[in-house]
Amino acid sequence: MPAPTVYATEASRTGRRLKDGPYLAAALMLPPALILFTLFVVLPLIDAGYYSLFKWNGFGTPTDFVDFDNYKRVLSDPIFWNSVKNTGIVLGVSLLIQMPVALTLALLIYRKTWSNTIFRMIFFMPFILAEIASGLIWSFVYDGNVGLIAGVFRSLGLDPVFILSDKNWAFVAITIVVVWKYFGFHMMIYIAALQGVPEEMIEAAKIEGAKRARVIWHVLIPQLRPALVVSGFFAVVGALQLFDVVIPLTGGGPSNSTHTIVSYLYSFGMVRNRIGFGSAVGVILFIVAVVVAVTYQKALAKGATTK
Amino acid sequence: MRFGHIMARIGRWTVLTLGSAFVLIPMLVTFLGGFKTTGDLRANPFGLPSEWHFEFYGTIVGDGSFWQYMGNSLLISGLTVFLTLIVSAAAAYVFAQVRFFGLKMIQSYLFLGVVFPFATAILPLFIKVRDLGLLDTYWAVVLPQSAFGLSLSILLFKTFFEQLPKELFEAAYVEGCGYVRFFFRFTLPLSTPILATVGVFTFVSSWNNFLMPLVVINSRELYTWPLGMMQFRGEFLVEWNRTLAFITLTILPAIAFFFAAQKYIVAGLTGGAVK
Repeated sequence: MPAPTVYATEASRTGRRLKDGPYLAAALMLPPALILFTLFVVLPLIDAGYYSLFKWNGFGTPTDFVDFDNYKRVLSDPIFWNSVKNTGIVLGVSLLIQMPVALTLALLIYRKTWSNTIFRMIFFMPFILAEIASGLIWSFVYDGNVGLIAGVFRSLGLDPVFILSDKNWAFVAITIVVVWKYFGFHMMIYIAALQGVPEEMIEAAKIEGAKRARVIWHVLIPQLRPALVVSGFFAVVGALQLFDVVIPLTGGGPSNSTHTIVSYLYSFGMVRNRIGFGSAVGVILFIVAVVVAVTYQKALAKGATTK
Repeated sequence: MRFGHIMARIGRWTVLTLGSAFVLIPMLVTFLGGFKTTGDLRANPFGLPSEWHFEFYGTIVGDGSFWQYMGNSLLISGLTVFLTLIVSAAAAYVFAQVRFFGLKMIQSYLFLGVVFPFATAILPLFIKVRDLGLLDTYWAVVLPQSAFGLSLSILLFKTFFEQLPKELFEAAYVEGCGYVRFFFRFTLPLSTPILATVGVFTFVSSWNNFLMPLVVINSRELYTWPLGMMQFRGEFLVEWNRTLAFITLTILPAIAFFFAAQKYIVAGLTGGAVK
């Protein structure tokens, strides 16, 4: 077997090489990452594929092979499809409401002044709070007995409502919390990008008599493209993983109407000890994530070449 | 034109004030609610407490289990940060400094995790942790968390390492310094900005993590604060004031940490995200 070509980046440029070889460095410094990643990320994923073919409660070893039964069961469950719909709603709200709101705010406060800094920090604050704490805070806000909404209703002389136990409104309430929690994050991404746009570009456009809205549309938005791509990506990944916020707010109820894909996986797989079934949901989620990521990257590459 | 200018200013401040109110009011009522009696909370959810009660905050702070939850979270987050930093910086260094056949493939393999939703593998992860005999230990949370943070951390480190001045390598060569020593003597000390950024992000996501400890931790003594908070909520279902006090006490350190580390948080968003 021929020896693989070994050289250091720098050495190849200077024709010299450090004393102890790159082999040793690779042999010492790569295995920890490889072992950790393989053991706790890759193997569990492969296991999920394997377990999903069994009816198994997690005890002993899986023996009851059921072929694709678990997948059939998941895909014929209206609660699962409802959770997919809810995940889609979160994504839609993120892209169509949250991102425009974040962009508007970013445009208002991207310049470096002290008042802008304060607003920026206020808007960003919910992002660093734990999802679980955010969910609890809002479940108080929405509470029909003591919450803020109840207070507003009462002061208007109306009967208090229990939004979170109302099938029509519970999920709307959840999406409001999602916007509250994450719009500041998207805003920060846009602000960082806006600060990179040369001020002369904006000034030049203004001198030519372009109206403010046109400056924004023709000068700033094209400059923001990479930031919009990144923030869109986070919106997608975030929607697919949404779980923590839902648990303290509704726990998936009333009558399983507010599950997301992950809370569905948790409630119907983990809690009920249906490892095979839950793994099938996990595999479906994984496939969706990969398809979305690949599509997104393709769309991105296409956009980059036409630019 | 001038009139339009004034209107634009008013519009701007209105939007910003409404936005701030939307963000701050829930936090503010949570903080104040911890000082109110249940009756006061019901009659007056918005305003200042009609009488300031300190006992709800007091009992939580005086209770050992609250500090135990916080301590567990601190320990788990600290270990996760340490492990993530050392393991991913080492791997990223190899990708940045060394080239040999197959290395690119190893790198792509490790980058797979960037798009991987954590929850996908949560059930098999539970089985794996159980089979390794780690269930109900700190490691049951630390190891998977670090593993799932690796891809992004390696990516950030590699980008940074590649931008370090090349002259250093020359100097190291003259000194007769090897690859591994070069990493510890030069690369790491020069990388404090990126270490801080990755460290802060890893810390925050570990501190806030709910799903992983929920699945692998059973005993109350090992509960992280999110688990403790949900447990507490279950115990005092109707006494919202106690829960609100508990939430406030757990988010105060997060807010303090945010103000202390905001430089690195913002750097992480601008450096890691936009480029």
